Amino acid sequence: MGEFFSKYIALRKYNIQVAMKKAKKSKMCYAFLAPYAILFCAFYVLPVVISIFYSFTYYNILESPKFIGLSNYISLILEDDIFLIGLKNTLMIAIFTGPLGYIMSFLFAWLINELPRWVRSIAVVIFYAPSIAGNCYVIFSVFFRGDAYGYVNAFLMNLGIIDTPVLWFINPDYMLPVCMLVILWMSLGTGFLSFVAGLQGVDASQFEAGYMDGIKNRWQELWYITLPNMKPMLMFGAVMSITQAFGVCDVTMALCGYPSTDYAARTIVTHLFDYGFTRFDMGYACAIATILFLLMILCNKAIQSLLRRVGT
Amino acid sequence: MSKKKKQENVEKVYRKKLIKRRKPNRSIVGDIFLYLFLAFIALVMAFPIIYAVSCALKPLDELFKFPPRILPQNPTFDNFSDLFVTMGKSWVSFSRYLFNTVFITFVGTAGHLLIASMGAFVLAKYDFPGGKGFFKLVTVAMMFTGYVTQIPNYLILNRLGWIDSYWAIIVPAFASPMGLFLMKQFMEGLPTSLIEAAKIDGANEWKVFRSIVMPNVKPAWMTLIIFSVQGLWNNKAATYIYSEEKKTLVYAMQQIQSGGIARTGQAAAVLVVLMLVPIAIFVFSESQILETMASSGLKD
Repeated sequence: MGEFFSKYIALRKYNIQVAMKKAKKSKMCYAFLAPYAILFCAFYVLPVVISIFYSFTYYNILESPKFIGLSNYISLILEDDIFLIGLKNTLMIAIFTGPLGYIMSFLFAWLINELPRWVRSIAVVIFYAPSIAGNCYVIFSVFFRGDAYGYVNAFLMNLGIIDTPVLWFINPDYMLPVCMLVILWMSLGTGFLSFVAGLQGVDASQFEAGYMDGIKNRWQELWYITLPNMKPMLMFGAVMSITQAFGVCDVTMALCGYPSTDYAARTIVTHLFDYGFTRFDMGYACAIATILFLLMILCNKAIQSLLRRVGT
Repeated sequence: MSKKKKQENVEKVYRKKLIKRRKPNRSIVGDIFLYLFLAFIALVMAFPIIYAVSCALKPLDELFKFPPRILPQNPTFDNFSDLFVTMGKSWVSFSRYLFNTVFITFVGTAGHLLIASMGAFVLAKYDFPGGKGFFKLVTVAMMFTGYVTQIPNYLILNRLGWIDSYWAIIVPAFASPMGLFLMKQFMEGLPTSLIEAAKIDGANEWKVFRSIVMPNVKPAWMTLIIFSVQGLWNNKAATYIYSEEKKTLVYAMQQIQSGGIARTGQAAAVLVVLMLVPIAIFVFSESQILETMASSGLKD
């Protein structure tokens, strides 16, 4: 046993020495990477660490942080009803709009792939534009206005489906579905571009080989040839859509107000804003941020292991 | 003359190819159905944007007409000129807001492009201890939104004394993980022999980076630029900047937008102004962006 350990330590020592030698040789690499690495650590890595650290404390910026153990998390989960509403809403939005937006992105990218070049470029602009159109989504508050002159209300009343106007953004029953609709409208983002570009790069000879092997229709072609070739892009697109789905707050804040009626449109991020920038309870806000962080990372890892099985 | 003919010939071949490219295993009915479906979806997707633009062009009496018309009957630019009048009357002048946004966007994007490309270059083309691990960390950072880090970032920026200055927005934007990721993936496609040849000719690393690598990855520049501009142009900067004279255009415009029913026309004009810049950049650089995105895949 002792021999094994000493051998192991010797091996590690050797490995470290090799690495050090290599590192000395590639000083230039570190010099090039340094500006980015420093900023990245300062504004992306360090904040996560700080966030986890403060989540175990009571901290209101004025006084120095007080260590209180897990009580932030305990009160979040056991006492804070509004957080649970936010969590539920975020998960609902993520479960609906995440996969649906992802599938839409891929489906449309795939369908426009065979169009002639110029039609395809126009189609890409049309599909991608909503996600970069600033806060154009507030136009939906005109469509879904709460009185009888709101277009959706007027339309539904003319058809006789409803007889009184629906208060889309004030009635808690309707807030989330309408917000989801808007989010779906905006969901063809970076992942969509990645799919469009990736589909262009699939080797055409593989399709020809497919015809020889008796692939009958476009759906078989999709499953057996296109999807396996697209795996890296599918991964990238999944990361994008998960990140987006969990970070929803702009749309709900702009359309349903902040705070919304009965907190029915509260998400984890708006709850975070509430405690961080309105009540200045930084420790509590950091606990919320940490939970959100863990949710996103775990979800990403789960989806990635799922995607590895595509087309096999 | 002959040149023209040649071009025509080339075009004809291209057209022929298009028809030939139709795959043998497709049914015509399915094709027609799918394209009709696509056209319908495209219309639905474009409708809100078209409607916003048409609202911005409608005179006041048409804005509240019921039932509404999708296209304005007497299009005017009154809403835009009204917008500039309102902005002109604000306490901080319009040009100052514009300057703030342009300054933040320009400096943030330029710095991001330089710093992320330098990092991406060594990560893509050299093998050194820690490089792979660092890149993995960057891909993990793409998996959570900026909201997670917003509060600790506030504390860090506060410690640095950058709260209420442009740097609070600009410097964190330098390190956006998305830019480094796309740049690195794209640079991996560059032939290593190109770099080696330059080195044999006696160029040092900086020279290789500046005059060999950067000119060859221009499509990726455009992609980094559009993602960075999108983020910065739409940045409200409300949490990190509180002096009115340092606030951004988006913030000022949204104040106008929340001005109630009398400003409906102006609010629509604001929407159009804000979406114009990112969409215009995208339209002009679409092919380059798609070229970059082709290498965006996440391998494990």
